Amino acid sequence: MPDWILQPWPWYVSGALIALIMLALLLFGKSFGFSSNLRTLCTMCGADRYVPFFQFDWKKQSWNVFFLLGTGIGGWLAANYLSTPDYVVALSASTIEDLSQLGFENPNGFVPSEHFGIEALQTAKGWIVLAVGGFLVGFGARYAGGCTSGHAISGISNLQPASLLAVVGFFIGGLAMTHFIFPLIY
Amino acid sequence: MKHLKFILAGMLFGVIMFKSEAASWYRIQEMFRFQSFHMYGIIGLAVAVGIPMTWTIKKRQIRDVTGSPIVFSDKKWSVPRYLIGGIIFGLGWALSGACPGPIVVNIGAGFLGYIVVLAFAVLGTFTYGAIRNKLPH
Repeated sequence: MPDWILQPWPWYVSGALIALIMLALLLFGKSFGFSSNLRTLCTMCGADRYVPFFQFDWKKQSWNVFFLLGTGIGGWLAANYLSTPDYVVALSASTIEDLSQLGFENPNGFVPSEHFGIEALQTAKGWIVLAVGGFLVGFGARYAGGCTSGHAISGISNLQPASLLAVVGFFIGGLAMTHFIFPLIY
Repeated sequence: MKHLKFILAGMLFGVIMFKSEAASWYRIQEMFRFQSFHMYGIIGLAVAVGIPMTWTIKKRQIRDVTGSPIVFSDKKWSVPRYLIGGIIFGLGWALSGACPGPIVVNIGAGFLGYIVVLAFAVLGTFTYGAIRNKLPH
Protein backbone atom coordinates (compact mmCIF):
# COMPACT_ATOMS: atom_id res chain seq x y z
CA MET A 1 0.00 0.00 0.00
CA PRO A 2 1.45 3.44 -0.90
CA ASP A 3 2.63 5.50 2.02
CA TRP A 4 0.22 8.39 1.35
CA ILE A 5 -2.70 6.03 1.93
CA LEU A 6 -1.23 4.53 5.10
CA GLN A 7 -0.54 7.96 6.60
CA PRO A 8 -3.46 9.93 8.12
CA TRP A 9 -5.33 11.94 5.48
CA PRO A 10 -5.26 15.76 5.67
CA TRP A 11 -8.41 17.77 6.40
CA TYR A 12 -8.75 19.10 2.85
CA VAL A 13 -8.89 15.59 1.34
CA SER A 14 -11.56 14.60 3.87
CA GLY A 15 -13.61 17.80 3.51
CA ALA A 16 -13.65 17.59 -0.29
CA LEU A 17 -14.55 13.89 -0.32
CA ILE A 18 -17.42 14.41 2.14
CA ALA A 19 -18.87 16.99 -0.25
CA LEU A 20 -18.41 14.46 -3.07
CA ILE A 21 -20.37 11.83 -1.11
CA MET A 22 -23.15 14.35 -0.54
CA LEU A 23 -23.20 15.05 -4.29
CA ALA A 24 -23.27 11.34 -5.14
CA LEU A 25 -26.24 10.73 -2.82
CA LEU A 26 -28.11 13.72 -4.30
CA LEU A 27 -27.50 12.40 -7.81
CA PHE A 28 -28.78 8.99 -6.67
CA GLY A 29 -31.98 10.81 -5.62
CA LYS A 30 -31.27 10.61 -1.87
CA SER A 31 -29.98 12.99 0.77
CA PHE A 32 -27.03 12.75 3.15
CA GLY A 33 -28.34 12.26 6.70
CA PHE A 34 -26.96 9.45 8.80
CA SER A 35 -29.09 9.60 11.96
CA SER A 36 -32.31 8.84 10.03
CA ASN A 37 -30.99 5.29 10.25
CA LEU A 38 -31.59 5.24 14.01
CA ARG A 39 -35.31 5.78 13.39
CA THR A 40 -35.29 3.16 10.62
CA LEU A 41 -33.59 0.65 12.94
CA CYS A 42 -36.34 1.26 15.54
CA THR A 43 -39.01 0.52 12.94
CA MET A 44 -37.16 -2.56 11.67
CA CYS A 45 -37.13 -3.82 15.28
CA GLY A 46 -40.91 -3.42 15.53
CA ALA A 47 -41.20 -0.01 17.25
CA ASP A 48 -44.05 0.90 14.85
CA ARG A 49 -46.33 -1.43 16.78
CA TYR A 50 -46.05 0.74 19.87
CA VAL A 51 -45.28 4.30 18.74
CA PRO A 52 -46.90 6.10 15.76
CA PHE A 53 -43.68 8.08 15.06
CA PHE A 54 -42.14 4.86 13.75
CA GLN A 55 -45.00 4.03 11.39
CA PHE A 56 -43.48 4.75 8.00
CA ASP A 57 -42.40 2.72 5.00
CA TRP A 58 -38.90 1.87 6.18
CA LYS A 59 -38.10 0.11 2.90
CA LYS A 60 -37.86 3.58 1.33
CA GLN A 61 -34.98 4.19 3.74
CA SER A 62 -33.30 0.83 3.20
CA TRP A 63 -30.72 2.48 0.90
CA ASN A 64 -29.48 4.40 3.97
CA VAL A 65 -29.16 1.20 6.02
CA PHE A 66 -26.96 -0.16 3.21
CA PHE A 67 -24.97 3.09 3.43
CA LEU A 68 -24.63 2.40 7.19
CA LEU A 69 -23.39 -1.14 6.54
CA GLY A 70 -20.87 0.28 4.06
CA THR A 71 -19.71 2.78 6.68
CA GLY A 72 -18.92 -0.04 9.09
CA ILE A 73 -17.09 -2.00 6.39
CA GLY A 74 -15.15 1.17 5.53
CA GLY A 75 -14.07 1.56 9.16
CA TRP A 76 -12.93 -2.08 9.26
CA LEU A 77 -11.06 -1.73 5.97
CA ALA A 78 -9.34 1.52 6.98
CA ALA A 79 -8.30 0.25 10.42
CA ASN A 80 -6.99 -3.12 9.23
CA TYR A 81 -5.67 -2.59 5.71
CA LEU A 82 -5.18 1.14 5.12
CA SER A 83 -3.25 2.10 8.28
CA THR A 84 0.05 1.22 9.91
CA PRO A 85 -0.24 -1.21 12.87
CA ASP A 86 1.39 1.18 15.38
CA TYR A 87 -0.90 4.02 14.34
CA VAL A 88 -1.55 6.75 16.91
CA VAL A 89 -3.62 9.92 16.39
CA ALA A 90 -1.26 12.91 16.06
CA LEU A 91 -3.02 15.04 18.63
CA SER A 92 -1.96 18.62 19.43
CA ALA A 93 0.34 18.96 22.46
CA SER A 94 -2.14 21.17 24.32
CA THR A 95 -4.92 18.57 24.02
CA ILE A 96 -2.59 15.81 25.26
CA GLU A 97 -1.73 18.05 28.23
CA ASP A 98 -5.40 18.82 29.00
CA LEU A 99 -6.40 15.16 28.74
CA SER A 100 -3.52 14.01 30.94
CA GLN A 101 -4.80 16.33 33.69
CA LEU A 102 -8.12 14.47 33.47
CA GLY A 103 -6.26 11.18 33.82
CA PHE A 104 -6.09 10.12 30.17
CA GLU A 105 -2.79 8.59 29.14
CA ASN A 106 -0.97 9.75 26.02
CA PRO A 107 -2.89 8.69 22.92
CA ASN A 108 -2.04 5.05 22.20
CA GLY A 109 -4.25 4.47 19.20
CA PHE A 110 -7.32 5.77 17.41
CA VAL A 111 -9.52 6.16 20.52
CA PRO A 112 -8.76 5.54 24.24
CA SER A 113 -9.37 1.79 24.18
CA GLU A 114 -9.78 1.53 27.97
CA HIS A 115 -12.92 3.66 27.56
CA PHE A 116 -14.22 2.53 24.16
CA GLY A 117 -12.75 -0.89 23.51
CA ILE A 118 -14.11 -4.15 24.90
CA GLU A 119 -12.22 -3.37 28.16
CA ALA A 120 -14.71 -0.57 28.89
CA LEU A 121 -17.42 -3.19 29.51
CA GLN A 122 -15.61 -4.46 32.62
CA THR A 123 -16.52 -1.43 34.73
CA ALA A 124 -19.86 0.14 35.66
CA LYS A 125 -18.47 3.57 34.78
CA GLY A 126 -17.46 2.31 31.36
CA TRP A 127 -21.00 1.10 30.69
CA ILE A 128 -22.56 4.33 31.97
CA VAL A 129 -20.42 6.56 29.73
CA LEU A 130 -21.16 4.44 26.65
CA ALA A 131 -24.88 4.15 27.42
CA VAL A 132 -25.50 7.78 28.37
CA GLY A 133 -23.41 9.08 25.46
CA GLY A 134 -25.29 6.92 22.98
CA PHE A 135 -28.69 7.74 24.45
CA LEU A 136 -28.05 11.51 24.24
CA VAL A 137 -26.80 11.21 20.64
CA GLY A 138 -29.86 9.21 19.55
CA PHE A 139 -32.41 11.30 21.46
CA GLY A 140 -30.85 14.64 20.52
CA ALA A 141 -30.31 13.81 16.85
CA ARG A 142 -33.98 12.94 16.32
CA TYR A 143 -35.24 15.84 18.45
CA ALA A 144 -33.08 18.24 16.44
CA GLY A 145 -34.13 16.51 13.20
CA GLY A 146 -30.62 15.55 12.15
CA CYS A 147 -26.99 15.07 13.14
CA THR A 148 -23.67 16.34 11.85
CA SER A 149 -24.29 15.08 8.30
CA GLY A 150 -27.91 16.23 8.03
CA HIS A 151 -27.51 19.65 9.65
CA ALA A 152 -23.83 20.69 9.70
CA ILE A 153 -23.11 19.46 6.16
CA SER A 154 -26.37 19.08 4.15
CA GLY A 155 -28.47 21.69 5.97
CA ILE A 156 -25.88 24.47 6.08
CA SER A 157 -24.96 23.74 2.43
CA ASN A 158 -28.64 24.47 1.71
CA LEU A 159 -28.40 27.67 3.83
CA GLN A 160 -31.04 26.53 6.31
CA PRO A 161 -31.20 28.81 9.40
CA ALA A 162 -32.64 25.88 11.39
CA SER A 163 -29.53 23.81 10.66
CA LEU A 164 -27.26 26.65 11.75
CA LEU A 165 -29.18 26.86 15.04
CA ALA A 166 -28.89 23.08 15.47
CA VAL A 167 -25.11 23.30 14.99
CA VAL A 168 -24.93 26.14 17.54
CA GLY A 169 -26.77 23.75 19.88
CA PHE A 170 -24.31 20.93 19.07
CA PHE A 171 -21.47 23.21 20.15
CA ILE A 172 -23.16 24.50 23.31
CA GLY A 173 -23.71 20.88 24.36
CA GLY A 174 -20.24 19.73 23.33
CA LEU A 175 -18.48 22.62 25.05
CA ALA A 176 -20.52 22.13 28.24
CA MET A 177 -19.69 18.41 28.30
CA THR A 178 -15.99 18.97 27.60
CA HIS A 179 -15.32 21.91 29.91
CA PHE A 180 -17.83 21.49 32.77
CA ILE A 181 -18.90 17.84 32.94
CA PHE A 182 -15.63 16.08 31.98
CA PRO A 183 -13.79 17.50 35.04
CA LEU A 184 -16.59 16.06 37.22
CA ILE A 185 -16.58 12.56 35.73
CA TYR A 186 -12.89 12.01 34.84
CA MET B 1 -27.55 -4.89 -6.88
CA LYS B 2 -29.26 -1.49 -6.87
CA HIS B 3 -28.07 -1.16 -3.29
CA LEU B 4 -24.42 -1.79 -4.16
CA LYS B 5 -23.77 1.87 -4.94
CA PHE B 6 -24.97 2.83 -1.46
CA ILE B 7 -22.72 0.24 0.17
CA LEU B 8 -19.78 1.60 -1.85
CA ALA B 9 -20.64 5.22 -0.97
CA GLY B 10 -20.87 4.19 2.69
CA MET B 11 -17.51 2.40 2.48
CA LEU B 12 -15.88 5.53 1.09
CA PHE B 13 -17.50 7.55 3.88
CA GLY B 14 -16.26 5.10 6.53
CA VAL B 15 -12.73 5.07 5.15
CA ILE B 16 -12.65 8.90 5.05
CA MET B 17 -13.97 9.25 8.60
CA PHE B 18 -11.30 6.87 9.87
CA LYS B 19 -8.37 8.02 7.73
CA SER B 20 -8.96 11.72 8.46
CA GLU B 21 -9.48 10.87 12.16
CA ALA B 22 -12.88 12.62 12.20
CA ALA B 23 -14.19 9.47 13.92
CA SER B 24 -11.55 9.69 16.66
CA TRP B 25 -12.64 10.56 20.20
CA TYR B 26 -9.31 12.40 20.55
CA ARG B 27 -10.02 14.68 17.59
CA ILE B 28 -13.49 15.53 18.93
CA GLN B 29 -11.89 16.53 22.24
CA GLU B 30 -9.35 18.65 20.37
CA MET B 31 -12.20 20.31 18.46
CA PHE B 32 -14.23 21.17 21.57
CA ARG B 33 -11.06 22.60 23.14
CA PHE B 34 -10.31 24.73 20.03
CA GLN B 35 -6.78 23.32 19.95
CA SER B 36 -6.52 22.39 16.29
CA PHE B 37 -7.88 23.53 12.95
CA HIS B 38 -8.28 19.93 11.77
CA MET B 39 -12.00 19.25 12.40
CA TYR B 40 -12.98 22.81 11.48
CA GLY B 41 -11.08 22.39 8.21
CA ILE B 42 -12.95 19.15 7.42
CA ILE B 43 -16.45 20.45 8.18
CA GLY B 44 -15.68 23.94 6.84
CA LEU B 45 -14.39 22.70 3.50
CA ALA B 46 -17.28 20.24 3.08
CA VAL B 47 -19.67 23.17 3.57
CA ALA B 48 -17.60 25.56 1.42
CA VAL B 49 -17.89 23.07 -1.45
CA GLY B 50 -21.45 22.06 -0.51
CA ILE B 51 -22.96 25.58 -0.67
CA PRO B 52 -22.11 26.34 -4.34
CA MET B 53 -22.87 22.71 -5.22
CA THR B 54 -26.37 22.86 -3.72
CA TRP B 55 -26.92 26.32 -5.24
CA THR B 56 -25.93 25.07 -8.70
CA ILE B 57 -28.20 22.01 -8.46
CA LYS B 58 -31.15 24.25 -7.55
CA LYS B 59 -30.32 26.99 -10.09
CA ARG B 60 -29.83 24.63 -13.02
CA GLN B 61 -32.60 22.28 -11.87
CA ILE B 62 -30.27 19.31 -12.20
CA ARG B 63 -31.97 15.92 -12.18
CA ASP B 64 -30.91 12.71 -10.47
CA VAL B 65 -29.91 9.49 -12.25
CA THR B 66 -33.55 8.40 -12.56
CA GLY B 67 -34.48 11.68 -14.25
CA SER B 68 -36.44 13.06 -11.29
CA PRO B 69 -35.77 16.64 -10.15
CA ILE B 70 -33.51 16.93 -7.10
CA VAL B 71 -35.59 18.60 -4.41
CA PHE B 72 -34.37 20.25 -1.23
CA SER B 73 -36.97 20.69 1.47
CA ASP B 74 -36.74 23.75 3.70
CA LYS B 75 -36.69 23.05 7.43
CA LYS B 76 -39.47 24.72 9.39
CA TRP B 77 -38.00 27.26 11.79
CA SER B 78 -38.26 26.56 15.51
CA VAL B 79 -36.02 27.67 18.35
CA PRO B 80 -36.69 25.01 21.03
CA ARG B 81 -36.53 22.05 18.67
CA TYR B 82 -33.14 22.85 17.14
CA LEU B 83 -31.58 24.49 20.18
CA ILE B 84 -32.61 21.97 22.87
CA GLY B 85 -32.31 18.97 20.54
CA GLY B 86 -28.94 20.28 19.36
CA ILE B 87 -27.63 20.76 22.90
CA ILE B 88 -28.68 17.22 23.90
CA PHE B 89 -26.95 15.85 20.79
CA GLY B 90 -23.82 17.92 21.50
CA LEU B 91 -23.57 16.58 25.06
CA GLY B 92 -23.66 13.04 23.67
CA TRP B 93 -21.26 13.84 20.82
CA ALA B 94 -18.59 15.04 23.26
CA LEU B 95 -19.21 12.25 25.79
CA SER B 96 -19.02 9.40 23.28
CA GLY B 97 -16.57 11.21 20.99
CA ALA B 98 -18.60 10.24 17.96
CA CYS B 99 -21.70 11.30 16.09
CA PRO B 100 -23.87 8.59 14.46
CA GLY B 101 -21.67 7.90 11.38
CA PRO B 102 -18.42 7.62 13.35
CA ILE B 103 -20.12 5.36 15.94
CA VAL B 104 -20.52 2.80 13.15
CA VAL B 105 -16.98 3.49 11.83
CA ASN B 106 -15.58 2.70 15.29
CA ILE B 107 -17.52 -0.56 15.54
CA GLY B 108 -16.08 -1.57 12.17
CA ALA B 109 -12.61 -0.55 13.31
CA GLY B 110 -12.95 -2.95 16.25
CA PHE B 111 -13.70 -0.62 19.19
CA LEU B 112 -16.53 -2.75 20.46
CA GLY B 113 -17.66 -0.44 23.26
CA TYR B 114 -19.33 1.52 20.47
CA ILE B 115 -21.82 -1.34 20.03
CA VAL B 116 -23.25 -0.22 23.39
CA VAL B 117 -23.23 3.40 22.17
CA LEU B 118 -25.15 2.41 19.03
CA ALA B 119 -27.68 0.31 20.94
CA PHE B 120 -28.39 3.18 23.32
CA ALA B 121 -28.55 5.67 20.43
CA VAL B 122 -31.33 3.53 18.96
CA LEU B 123 -32.99 3.46 22.39
CA GLY B 124 -32.61 7.26 22.64
CA THR B 125 -34.31 7.70 19.27
CA PHE B 126 -37.07 5.32 20.38
CA THR B 127 -37.56 7.31 23.58
CA TYR B 128 -37.77 10.55 21.60
CA GLY B 129 -40.42 8.97 19.36
CA ALA B 130 -42.39 7.84 22.39
CA ILE B 131 -42.45 11.20 24.20
CA ARG B 132 -42.18 13.69 21.33
CA ASN B 133 -45.76 14.95 21.81
CA LYS B 134 -44.77 16.21 25.24
CA LEU B 135 -41.69 18.11 24.00
CA PRO B 136 -41.62 21.70 22.68
CA HIS B 137 -41.06 21.75 18.92
